[in-house]
Amino acid sequence: MSRLVLARAAGHINRRAIWSRIVIAACYAAGAIVVLPLALIIWHLLAKGLPALSLSFFLEMPKPVGEPGGGMANAIVGTLILVGLGALFAVPIGVGAGVYLAEFGRGRFSSLVRYTADLLSGVPSIVVGVAAYGLVVIPMGGFSALAGGVALGILMLPTIIRSTEEMVRLVPQSYREAALALGAPRWKVTQQVVIPAARAGIVTASMLAVARAAGETAPLLFTALGNRFWSTALTKPIASLPVFVFDYARAPYDDWNRQAWTGALVLVMMVTGISAVLRLTVRRVAQR
Amino acid sequence: MKAARITADGLYRAALGGAAALVFVVVALIVFEAARGSGLSIRTFGLGFLTSTEWDPVSEKFGALPYIYGTVVSSALALLLAVPLGIGSAVYLAEIAPRRVGAIISFVVELLAAIPSIVYGVWGFFVLAPWLRTAIEPWLITHLGFLPLFRGYPFGIGMLNAAIVLSIMVVPTIVSISREVLLATPRSLREAALALGATPAEAIGVALTAARPGILGAVILALGRALGETMAITMVIGNTNRISASVLDPAATMASIIANEFTEATTPLYISSLIEIALVLFAITIVVNGAARILVYWATGGRRTAAALA
Repeated sequence: MSRLVLARAAGHINRRAIWSRIVIAACYAAGAIVVLPLALIIWHLLAKGLPALSLSFFLEMPKPVGEPGGGMANAIVGTLILVGLGALFAVPIGVGAGVYLAEFGRGRFSSLVRYTADLLSGVPSIVVGVAAYGLVVIPMGGFSALAGGVALGILMLPTIIRSTEEMVRLVPQSYREAALALGAPRWKVTQQVVIPAARAGIVTASMLAVARAAGETAPLLFTALGNRFWSTALTKPIASLPVFVFDYARAPYDDWNRQAWTGALVLVMMVTGISAVLRLTVRRVAQR
Repeated sequence: MKAARITADGLYRAALGGAAALVFVVVALIVFEAARGSGLSIRTFGLGFLTSTEWDPVSEKFGALPYIYGTVVSSALALLLAVPLGIGSAVYLAEIAPRRVGAIISFVVELLAAIPSIVYGVWGFFVLAPWLRTAIEPWLITHLGFLPLFRGYPFGIGMLNAAIVLSIMVVPTIVSISREVLLATPRSLREAALALGATPAEAIGVALTAARPGILGAVILALGRALGETMAITMVIGNTNRISASVLDPAATMASIIANEFTEATTPLYISSLIEIALVLFAITIVVNGAARILVYWATGGRRTAAALA
C-alpha cells in the first residue's frame, strides 16, 4: 500500500515503475521469441519430412533421378561407420585425458591441456575438414571413410575430455580415501574404484559428443566425400546422412528435396533424440 | 635421486598424461596442415591475398576480401539480432521465470544447439527464403529502399537470410551462458538494490552489471561460432563473390567458399588458396575464442566447461 502511495506522490517514481514494467515485459517477449524458431523448425521438419518417412527410407538405396521412392540406407550405414571410426579414435584418448585431468590435473600442464581442449572445441569444423584432407586424404591418395572418421574424431575429442573430467570429479573423495586406506596403490584406486564409479557418466557424456558429431556435414565434404552406391570400405569414399541431405536439398528435383527433408528429420531424431535422453541421464547422474 | 624409479603408479600416470598431451599434437597438426597447404598461395599472392577482391579460377587469381567481408558482416548482423534477444531471455530465465519453467526452457534452448547445422540450412533454404522473398524483402524495399542497406531485389537468399539463420544458431550459446553467469551472481545484490528502493528492472540491471564480464564472454563465444559456421550459411547466403552494401544481396563467407568449391578446385594454386582461407579463418576463431574463454573462466570462477558450451 505504502509503495503505491509513494509512487503516486512522485511522478518520477511512477515513470520508473512503468519503465520497469516495460523492461520486464521485453524480457518475457525475448524468452518467447527465442523459443519460437525452434518450434517453427520442428514443425516444418515434421510437416515436410514425415510424409516420405517409411521403412523403405531406411532399407532401400537411393533411386536415380525421376524414379520415385528409394531411401538412404547407404547414407545411414555410412554415418554409423564414420561416427564409429571417430569414436574409436576419440573415446580412448578423450577418456584417458579426462581421467588424467580429474585425478592428477593440478599443475600448469593440466591447465594448458584444458585451455587447448577448449580452443579445439572452438575450431570451425570446416577447418578440421581441411586439416584431415591434408593429413589423410593426400597421403592416401583419395577420399576415404577413414579421413572422415579422423575429422569427426577430432571434433569429438574436446567434448569427451571435458565431460569425462567433470564426471570423474563427481566421484566422492571418500571412495578414493577408503581405497587408499585399504592399501591400494594410486593407479588401482583410479582404475578399479574411481573409473567404475564414474562409468555411467563417462559413457553418456561420450555418447553425447558422438551423437553431436553425427550431424556434422562440413568436415565430411572433402574427406569422406559421399557415395551414391553401397560401400563400407574404409579406404573408399562413403555416403553419410548429412552430406546426402545437403546434396538432395540443393538438387533441382522436387522429389529429392522431399527426401532431403526426410533425411533432415531422421538426422534430427538421431542427434537430438540421443542428446535429450543423454542430457537427462547426465543430469540425474550429476545430481546424485 | 638420479634416475626416477619406474613404478606402476608412474607408468599409469604417464599413460594418461600422454593421452592428455595428444590434445597439443592434434592442434599442432591442424596448424601444420593448414600452414603447409596454404604455402603455395602465400608465396604467390603474399599479403595481397587478404585485400584482393578477385576470385578467378580460370586465370588463377585469388583474393579473399569478399569472403572475409561476408564472414565479418554476417556474424555482426547475427549478433545484432541475437545479443538483445539472448540477454533478454537469459534475464527472463534467471530472474523472472519460476525455477521449473526456467529449467525446462533452458533445456529446450540447449536442444536447439544440438540440431545439426545442415538442418538449419535446409530450413533457411526451403522455408525462410521463400518467406523473405515474398513477404519481408519486398516490404523492406518499398518502405526502407531509400537506404542502401535495403536496395536491390528480393532474392530470399542472401546476407539477410544468413544473418537470421546464424542468429537462431548462436542464440542458445548466449542464453545458456548468460543465464548461468546471472545465476552465479549473489542474490544479495538484488536484495540490496530493492531495499534501496530500486524497481525490479533496476535491480536486474545491478545484477547484469555484476555479470557483465561473463555475458561479454558469452557474446564473444557466440561470435566465434558464427564466424566458423559453414553448412547453414552455404545453403542460404547465395555464394557470390561480391561486396555489396545491401543486406538483400547474395554474398559468401570464408567457410562457405571452402565448402562450396573445395571439391571442384582442380589446380594446386586453387586448392592452396582455399586452404589459406581456412588458415585465416582458423587464426581469427582462435583469437576470438581464446578471448572469450578467458572472460568466461574469469567471470564464473572456472565452473563453465567445454562440455556445457559445445
